[in-house]
Amino acid sequence: MEKRYAGRPAAPGIALGALFPLTIGTCARVPSGSAESEADALRSALNAALVDLQGLIARSTEDAAAILEFQVALLEDDVLAEPAFSAIAAGSVADHAWLRAMHEEIAGYEASDDEYFRARAADLYDICDRVLAHLTESAIEASVPPGAIVTAQDLAPSRFLAIDWSRGGALALTAGSTTSHVAMLARSRGIPAVVGLGVDLSELAGEALVDAHRGVLIVNPGPAARAQFERDAKTAATARTLSSAAALQPAVTADGTPIKIMLNIADPRELADLDSAICDGIGLVRTEFLFHDRHGLPDEEQQYSIYRRMAEWSQGRPVVIRTLDAGGDKPIPGLTPAGESNPFLGVRGLRLSLAHPDVFRMQLRALARAAMHGNVKIMLPMVTRPHELAMARGMLDAEVAALTAAGIPARCASLGIMIEVPAAAIAADQFDAEFFSIGSNDLTQYVAAAGRDIGAVADLADPAQPAMLRLYRWVAEAARAQHIEVSLCGDAGGDPRVIPLLLATGLRTLSMAPALVGGAKLAVAAVDLRSPAEPEPWPR
Amino acid sequence: MTPPAPSDPVPKTNAMHTGSVLLTNDVGLHARPSVKLTQLAKRFSAHIEFARATTGPWADAKSPVKVMRFKAAKGETLHFRASGADATEALAAIVALVERGFTAEDEESAQPPQA
Repeated sequence: MEKRYAGRPAAPGIALGALFPLTIGTCARVPSGSAESEADALRSALNAALVDLQGLIARSTEDAAAILEFQVALLEDDVLAEPAFSAIAAGSVADHAWLRAMHEEIAGYEASDDEYFRARAADLYDICDRVLAHLTESAIEASVPPGAIVTAQDLAPSRFLAIDWSRGGALALTAGSTTSHVAMLARSRGIPAVVGLGVDLSELAGEALVDAHRGVLIVNPGPAARAQFERDAKTAATARTLSSAAALQPAVTADGTPIKIMLNIADPRELADLDSAICDGIGLVRTEFLFHDRHGLPDEEQQYSIYRRMAEWSQGRPVVIRTLDAGGDKPIPGLTPAGESNPFLGVRGLRLSLAHPDVFRMQLRALARAAMHGNVKIMLPMVTRPHELAMARGMLDAEVAALTAAGIPARCASLGIMIEVPAAAIAADQFDAEFFSIGSNDLTQYVAAAGRDIGAVADLADPAQPAMLRLYRWVAEAARAQHIEVSLCGDAGGDPRVIPLLLATGLRTLSMAPALVGGAKLAVAAVDLRSPAEPEPWPR
Repeated sequence: MTPPAPSDPVPKTNAMHTGSVLLTNDVGLHARPSVKLTQLAKRFSAHIEFARATTGPWADAKSPVKVMRFKAAKGETLHFRASGADATEALAAIVALVERGFTAEDEESAQPPQA
């Protein structure tokens, strides 16, 4: 019996497959039960981590390669995992044994009086995480059948990343949010996702069809729904072939205007299988992942090593890293204020960073150091008034001066702001920033006073409505007058329907999820700026 | 931090060769020097160990994990001992590497930049 459930579209696409519920229990690594296979699991995770590192070295600059070679040397040394294998032989499970062994090794480095040795703890954390990721991945990969429609209440980003999506599949969440980390990852990977189905997980069994354009999950679809799916799938396959070919081409409009296409990255693991040649750089790195995945806040070394690797991946192209944008719908326990009556209008983004200068200064230090390894730019979220930018700049200057005085290489990276608060958009000409990036998601919901996640008003929160296009044009003009760069990094930037309108406002740089690059480049190629198809009304 | 594990007993059939050298490079036996030292040691078939004092405890010079656990700083004296067919050559090469501050043989003896 066919049954339809309505949710909200979180990542476009369609899929047909077996429903696979991922409850909390199946999310964690399931111990195999025998010491032998636990030891095998650790051995293959160690090998997989080595292969990762060797791949990274091959793509790295000489300086970065030397650091990674140190990690390779440690990983190749049997001594490193010896205590873990002994613990496994004595009955421990692989992931616990590995974690305990590494924590003991790391403690030795952290206890050192010598700062050179203490700093190397970051390399050991890196090794520890890399091996651990392979340990848990292989277990989940084994449990999720290829092409399955994964159902869960909500899903942690690491769980999503641990699933093998190479043979398709889709995500259907009974709760969840379209702006969550996992929704961003699904968009980025091109995995269809529907959230907010509001149904009990146990009801979802059998075969199902996900239509993530319409936000629908159809369990046990009938012949009509299947026939529609076949037609949609054929169209989608053609579009996919075209866009994957287009992804590696430069983005140029029909009249020959070059457009810069940048990537939005929510997790550094997204870069692993990506060719940096598809883009002109990274237009937005969301650093919230660093503050969610770990217990406690990340230290300077952890942040530095991750930022540095992104800078190196980008090979000289710009990498715009946004400072912590917590608060609103992205709370961080212990950092964001609890019990705000309206968190979207409260202490979030840069406001939160300025309220926690210790956390903010540490992030600025890590960014200033990473800027020595590539074209790193620092972007401040939720800026409202110019003095906030001035305060952040003062802190950045002070941290760079302190690092330099201590003999640690660092530089004042270019400092820009997100334009996502209406006050900043309207008074864009008042900001002494080195670049602007329009955050069309938040800007739209603040301008329209309508949340994207509230179904009843979602159609009011259209990022392509005239009020928004006027603001984009004004911000682009303000940037041009100040001779600074301007881009747009909200979801609208990767939407082929909106791209012609964005280019008509004067924007020439768009930042989007990696999976949208091909489609966006095709949309750009169809635009003729000599005769904009839909001239935007602009009363003057 | 676990202390370096006592190493395997050195085969008695071979003569033991020893040598010592002062660590002069700024960062001591840090990441890159450790990698260079162990890579060089692995080129020889000899069993090679090192210690802070001639009385031990001795640790395997072919293990980067053990070399890093040592955290030897600038100004310390490292003692090496080796046994096996190419023990003499191994010791000479290792002492020379430490003496020239872990630079490659054809490099200037200037300090390489450290991460």
